[in-house]
Amino acid sequence: MSSAPALVVDNLRKTYGNGVEALKGISLTVQPGDFFALLGPNGAGKSTLIGILSSLVNSSGGDAQVFGVSVNRQRNEAMKLIGLVPQEINFNQFEKPFDICVNEAGFYGIPRRIAAERAEKYLKELRLWDKAQMQARTLSGGMKRRLMIARAMMNEPRLLILDEPTAGVDIEIRRSMWQFVSGINAAGTTVILTTHYLEEAEQLCRNIAIIDHGTIVENTTMKQLLSKLDVETFVFDVTDVPGELPALPGVTLRRVDEHTLEAEMARTHDLNSLFAALTAHGITVTSMRNKTNRLEELFVRLVEQGRNGQEQAA
Amino acid sequence: MSNAAANLVALHTIVRREIVRILRIWTQTLIPPAITMTLYFVIFGKLIGSRIGTIQGGYSYMQYIVPGLVMMSIITNSYGNISSSFFGAKFSRAVEEMLVSPMPNWVILAGYVTGAVVRGLAVGVLVLCIALFFTSLHVQHPLITFASVLLGSVIFSLAGFVNAVYAKKFDDIALVPTFVLTPLTYLGGVFYSIQMLGEPWQAISRINPILYMVNAFRYGVLGISDVQVGVAFAVMLGFVVALTAFGLHLLKRGVGLRS
Repeated sequence: MSSAPALVVDNLRKTYGNGVEALKGISLTVQPGDFFALLGPNGAGKSTLIGILSSLVNSSGGDAQVFGVSVNRQRNEAMKLIGLVPQEINFNQFEKPFDICVNEAGFYGIPRRIAAERAEKYLKELRLWDKAQMQARTLSGGMKRRLMIARAMMNEPRLLILDEPTAGVDIEIRRSMWQFVSGINAAGTTVILTTHYLEEAEQLCRNIAIIDHGTIVENTTMKQLLSKLDVETFVFDVTDVPGELPALPGVTLRRVDEHTLEAEMARTHDLNSLFAALTAHGITVTSMRNKTNRLEELFVRLVEQGRNGQEQAA
Repeated sequence: MSNAAANLVALHTIVRREIVRILRIWTQTLIPPAITMTLYFVIFGKLIGSRIGTIQGGYSYMQYIVPGLVMMSIITNSYGNISSSFFGAKFSRAVEEMLVSPMPNWVILAGYVTGAVVRGLAVGVLVLCIALFFTSLHVQHPLITFASVLLGSVIFSLAGFVNAVYAKKFDDIALVPTFVLTPLTYLGGVFYSIQMLGEPWQAISRINPILYMVNAFRYGVLGISDVQVGVAFAVMLGFVVALTAFGLHLLKRGVGLRS
C-alpha cells in the first residue's frame, strides 16, 4: 500500500471551448483516510474538478494524482482507484439495480461471480436488496441515489468521490447514507464530498476546501476553519419581549417578534452574564438555538470576501 | 488479475449487456425486419418476380434478390443497433459508467460493435430462414458468404457508432439511415444488376460501398457478382480499418462524450 496522498491536485486548469475559465490553476492535497469536504457555490468549479478527476472532463493544464498515479498520464490505472457518485442520475433506468452493479464491476474487469457477491453485499447495506430485480426507473429518488453509491463501491475504490449525493433526499435516507459512507471511511476509504447541506459537511468532514470562481478560497481543517468564526447569533424563545430592549455591553439584541429575541455576540462572550442580564430585565428564556449553521456562516463570508476582492482587483 | 483478463471481462460485460438489450426489446429489434423482408419477398420476389423470369446466371428474380435483401437487413440492423444503443447511453448519461472505468477505448468500441454484429447476424439468419419458404438456395462459397456478411455488418456497426458519437438528439441518428443508408442500399444492386445500367450510372454505382458488400455476398451464395470479389473484399477491409481508426480517434478525443 503506497504512502502517497490520496489526491494531489497540482495547478489544475480548465477552460471550456466557450472561453469559460472553470478552474484557474487550483492545487490541493487530500490525505489517505480523510473525509474531505469540497464546497462552493453553484458554478464554482467543483463539478469540473470532479469531472477531471474521473476523466469525464479533459483538463487544460496541470495534473492530478490519485495515490501517486497521474490521471493524465496513467488514466486507466488511476480510474481503478476511484469510485464516483455523480450529481446527476446516470444509469440505464430500464436495467435492474443488480445488473447495473454487476455490469459496473465488469467494466472494472471484476469477474461476474465476485461482482454478484459484491452487488448483493452493497445493495443489502444500502437497503436496496428487495429492489434488486426491479427496473431502476421504478425506484424513488432516494433509492436511485443509494443505488449510485452501491454502484460506486463495486470496484471497492480507495478514493470515493461523492458529488452532491444527498440532493433532494429526505432526512432519514440522508442519515442512513451518511452512516454507510462514514462506515466506509472508517474502514479506510478516503472520501471527498461536495454538498450544499453544510451541516453535513461540518458533521462528517475533517478537512475542507472552499472553491469559488475556479480558485481555492480556503483550504484547512474543519476545526481551524470553524475557529475563525468570531461572531455567533443565538435565537431565544422568551415568555415576553419588553417594549424597550436593554442595552447589554458586547451584545446586540434584536426583537424578532413578541416571543423571540436574537442576540449577536463575540464567540468569546460568556452566556452566563447574558442570561443574568436578561433575567435582571425580567426576560425569561424558555429555549435557545444557533441562528445559522456555523460553517454556513463562514462559507457565505469567505465567498463574499473572495468576490469583493475580485471586484476590487478588477 | 492481468490487464488482458480484465479487458476480456469488460468486453464480455458490454456484449452481454447488448445481447440482453436486443432480447429485451425483441419486438423492436428482431420482428420488424422479419416482417419487412417477408413483404419484399412476397411483393418483389413472388408477385412481380414471377413475371420477370431469370435474371443473371440463370437464377430466378427471387433467388437473385435474396442475398441483397439479407445483406440489406444485416447492415441496417447493425447500424440501427449501435446508433440507438450508444446514443441512448449518451442521452441517459449511462455511457459515463464506461467512461469513468479503467476500460480502454478499444474495448468500448469492440463491445458495441460485437453487440451490433450479433443483432445483424441474428436478423440475417431470420431473414434467410424466411427466404427459404419462398425459394431454394444452395450456398456456393460458404467462407466468402460468411466473411462478406461479417465485414458488411462490422462496417455498418462502426459507421453507426460514429453517427451516435456525433448525434446530439434522437433525430440525428435517424438522418443518416434515411438520407444516406437507404438510398445507397436501394442503389447498391440489391434489386438489380448494375450491368443493366448504362454509363455513367454503372461507374457512379461503383462508388457505392454497399454494392461491394451485396455483390460479395451474392457471389458467396449464388456464385455471380457485378464486381471482382477480390476488389469487394479489399474495399470492405479498407472501410473496416478506416472506420475503426476513426472510431478510436473519436473516443480518445472524447468527441461528444467528454468536455
